[in-house]
Amino acid sequence: MRSRILVVLASLAMALLAGCGAAPGDPAPKSLILATTTSTQDSGLLDELLPVFTRDSGWQVKTVAVGSGQAIELGRRGEADVLLVHSPAAEEKFVAEGGAGARRLVMHNDFVLLGPEADPAKVRGTSSAEAMKKIADEQAVFVSRGDESGTHSKEKDLWSKAGVTPGGSWYQSTGQGMGETLRVASEKAGYTLSDRATYLTQRDTLSLEVLSEGDPGLLNVYHVIEMTKKAGDRVRTDGAKAFADWIVAPSTQRLIGEFGRAKYGQPLFTPDAGKDEAKLGL
Amino acid sequence: MDVLFGGLADAIRLLLSGDEDSWSIIALTLRVSLTATAIALLVGLPLGAAVALARFPGRRVILAAANTGMGMPPVVVGLFVTVLLWRSGPLGGLGLLYTPTAMVIAQGAIATPIVVALVAAALQQADPDFRVQMQALGATPIRALAALLGEARLPLLAGAMAAFGAVVSEVGAAQMVGGNLAGQTRVLTTAAVLATSRGQFSLAIAFGLILLLIAFGVNLSLTLIQQRQTVPR
Repeated sequence: MRSRILVVLASLAMALLAGCGAAPGDPAPKSLILATTTSTQDSGLLDELLPVFTRDSGWQVKTVAVGSGQAIELGRRGEADVLLVHSPAAEEKFVAEGGAGARRLVMHNDFVLLGPEADPAKVRGTSSAEAMKKIADEQAVFVSRGDESGTHSKEKDLWSKAGVTPGGSWYQSTGQGMGETLRVASEKAGYTLSDRATYLTQRDTLSLEVLSEGDPGLLNVYHVIEMTKKAGDRVRTDGAKAFADWIVAPSTQRLIGEFGRAKYGQPLFTPDAGKDEAKLGL
Repeated sequence: MDVLFGGLADAIRLLLSGDEDSWSIIALTLRVSLTATAIALLVGLPLGAAVALARFPGRRVILAAANTGMGMPPVVVGLFVTVLLWRSGPLGGLGLLYTPTAMVIAQGAIATPIVVALVAAALQQADPDFRVQMQALGATPIRALAALLGEARLPLLAGAMAAFGAVVSEVGAAQMVGGNLAGQTRVLTTAAVLATSRGQFSLAIAFGLILLLIAFGVNLSLTLIQQRQTVPR
């Protein structure tokens, strides 16, 4: 009997050795950490882009998909080499602190205000600020990301433009990514703010409709930010530059512009590299 | 209900079609969780035996800590390991964050208290006179201990199963220290979470079913070993 236990232990030990052998302990020579938003991952854009980048450049990318707030925080601590984020006001403040390097425009799509078909607060077709005001007046259920993401900060912007301080049982905060938040809003027949890409990729599984869209305040702009050694000694500035240069390159921008066109009938992102920010209406 | 049947169909399709991504996720899940369980056994067996059989200061504190650790939320362990492995953290120079090794460390930390507590409980309930008798019969302490471990093999293997079950099913630590990187650190639990957040419910359920199948397979093997020759020797 003892021998059997020994056999079990020995095979486990072998599994252990195999595990160690296959899991490299030393940092891969060309490996960088990209901190980005849940929307780029949940929409599937990164799955499309990153293998091409790795093939073109030899850099392995470790993606940490979190809210823009957390992504910026990881950059600030030097735990990420490059950021792909969509929270312009927070980004400008962050770049002004000095730890970040170049910040370049990559692409945009837009935010849409979603809600149930019944539309209890009658916001269909109204401007975003008016819609937010109506939702608050009606105390209709609104589901917020509540995670300091770019979408959450845009939502807070819209509330303040509408002159409303949201609170109370109708205002619900999930603290989760866009996919989960859409699901909660759909189940609770509530309103929510989403980037168009995540919504389009999941539309079939949701009972939510676009109720308010298209005003300039709803633009959703992504920038790439390279981190520098000022943020941390171990920041891979060479990797950061390689990624940032690559994502604004014409061939990558074409990939971004094509992404989703075949499947959803419209592109999910509009490539913007090299454009003048002022002309986007920022 | 469609989603459940779709999930079952997807699971069968993924397993039969030899889809490379799914198989690499399955292989990594097994590799990480079995390695973590092995480490937990290597650390936990001697520690649990010492706590059960020896008398030394701090023994009860270790036991209480192990009992507490059995209920430790993986996400808390994940957070600690992440902070340790950060580039700016004490072990940052190793560059281990977002690697399978980091996941093994975190899951090993989750599984070890379970092994310690269950081993200690198993050995303490074994006949206390057994070891004394063995030594009286002229066995060296090591041989006596080995015989005792043999005597307590049922609860010991139960400990191994509990440890494996805890780590293969956890998602908090795997997500945090592994980062759910496609092809690198994506395991069944984090893949299921991602599929859910992408609205791919059938796929998520398929991953869940495969996870159940794997857990069942591993536990079946251990149970067969455990139950063999349980008739009186």
